Amino acid sequence: MAYDMKMDKQKMVVVEGSYAVAHAVKTCRPNVISAYPITPQTHIVEDLSQFMADGEIQNCEYINVESEFSALSALVGSSAVGARSYSATTSQGLELMHEVLFNVAGMRMPIVMTVANRAVSAPINIWNDQQDSISQRDTGWIQLYAENIQEISDMTAQAFKISEDKDIMMPSMTCMDGFILSHVYEPLVLLEQDITDEFLPPFRPDRILDPKNPMTFGAFADPNFYTEFRYQQEQAMQNALKKIEDVASEFYDMYGRHFGGLIDEYRTEDADIIIMAMGSIVGTIKDVIDRLREKNVKVGLLKVRAFRPFPAQAIMNVVRDAKVVVVLDKNISLGMNAGALFIETKSVLYNTDIDVPVIGYMIGHGGRDIPMSTIEKIIADAEEVMRSGIRTESQFTDLKEELI
Amino acid sequence: MKIVPGAICEAGTSRVNKTGGWRTFKPVYDYDKCIKCKLCELLCPDSSVRPKGDGYFEFDYNYCKGCGICANECPKSAITMVLEEK
Repeated sequence: MAYDMKMDKQKMVVVEGSYAVAHAVKTCRPNVISAYPITPQTHIVEDLSQFMADGEIQNCEYINVESEFSALSALVGSSAVGARSYSATTSQGLELMHEVLFNVAGMRMPIVMTVANRAVSAPINIWNDQQDSISQRDTGWIQLYAENIQEISDMTAQAFKISEDKDIMMPSMTCMDGFILSHVYEPLVLLEQDITDEFLPPFRPDRILDPKNPMTFGAFADPNFYTEFRYQQEQAMQNALKKIEDVASEFYDMYGRHFGGLIDEYRTEDADIIIMAMGSIVGTIKDVIDRLREKNVKVGLLKVRAFRPFPAQAIMNVVRDAKVVVVLDKNISLGMNAGALFIETKSVLYNTDIDVPVIGYMIGHGGRDIPMSTIEKIIADAEEVMRSGIRTESQFTDLKEELI
Repeated sequence: MKIVPGAICEAGTSRVNKTGGWRTFKPVYDYDKCIKCKLCELLCPDSSVRPKGDGYFEFDYNYCKGCGICANECPKSAITMVLEEK
């Protein structure tokens, strides 16, 4: 289905990405916000704090906490009593939440958290890559990655709707590249309050903590029961595969904007080379594709929007007829010499009738710039793979050998 | 028992979770030595010592984990820890 995006220029404003997210959160009418400031997430929570101070968010509590561990732990309590709960973090802050991430997912709490993706220490680095959220992939959080500030703004409302669905009840991370999106000023349509009130009904969970009707959340499960809880979580993730698509379509119907469901495609029809990537890098890739298409290079983009749940079938459908798949990763699984998206993509193609070479590039670590020329070079490599097969399966991009 | 997502359950369900199977040694009373001092009941960390009604006590083996505190603290050595055997 083709999506015709009719952006109303009268409604567009130029704001910072962080403001767009904060505004979107406000529009989703949260009941509890709990966050600890950390670069490059800080502007999001600063803007939310300002909204609170100005009385612009009704029926909401903003909790100042002493760490990210506390930030998310506080939301475990608020979500359990039925409050729509939000936080934002990045990098070291997200890693400090690691234990609580499992608890939130295990207790099936539909918390939404924005991650302004940043590299992890050591060495300390505040710039963008996606190592922080990728490292949390097995915690049971839905992970969505945005391409631009319009998408991360819209994704906030979508994430609440997906997470709070009764067949899902799993938390979501909405991921935006730190600085590249969090600090950029771009024109966009801010999330509309009137449509959002219709799109996102109030949060009414089936079971809440209530002294009048006592319940235990996250109760002890011995070996007789634990497996079934994990199975239920996986079922919820599988349900989310369809829900993410449905919510994106519903969003399009109501707001007129669509940035893909599980995935999005750009000029993939007849493409021999398919580039896969997540986040803001896809904007650069689209420009390169336009340039190369003029030179009759048959290249297209498969933008992965949902990393968890992993859209195996959607990816298979797109790459089935390609001659080579190139996967770009702003992360690395150390000891595997490969990025996560590359590893996952390869794994879902095994045991199928699809036989297409997949090569991987780890790129943009710690905020290293990704110019169009680098993408062009990677595509030239891919053309070589089409001609003579894979020589290097997965590699670092733009490695400065002279520094080593 | 049906599993509710999120490990959410009504209060008091730890009664259903019988933990006596964790025990290696089980406490056994010698009522001839017992002076009904009640120390065993007070000190049991799992409320597994119950009054019998005649002033003496008995163990609830559904929940006793065999920690041995009662036997250790008994001033008359009226409790013996016996190896569990099937």
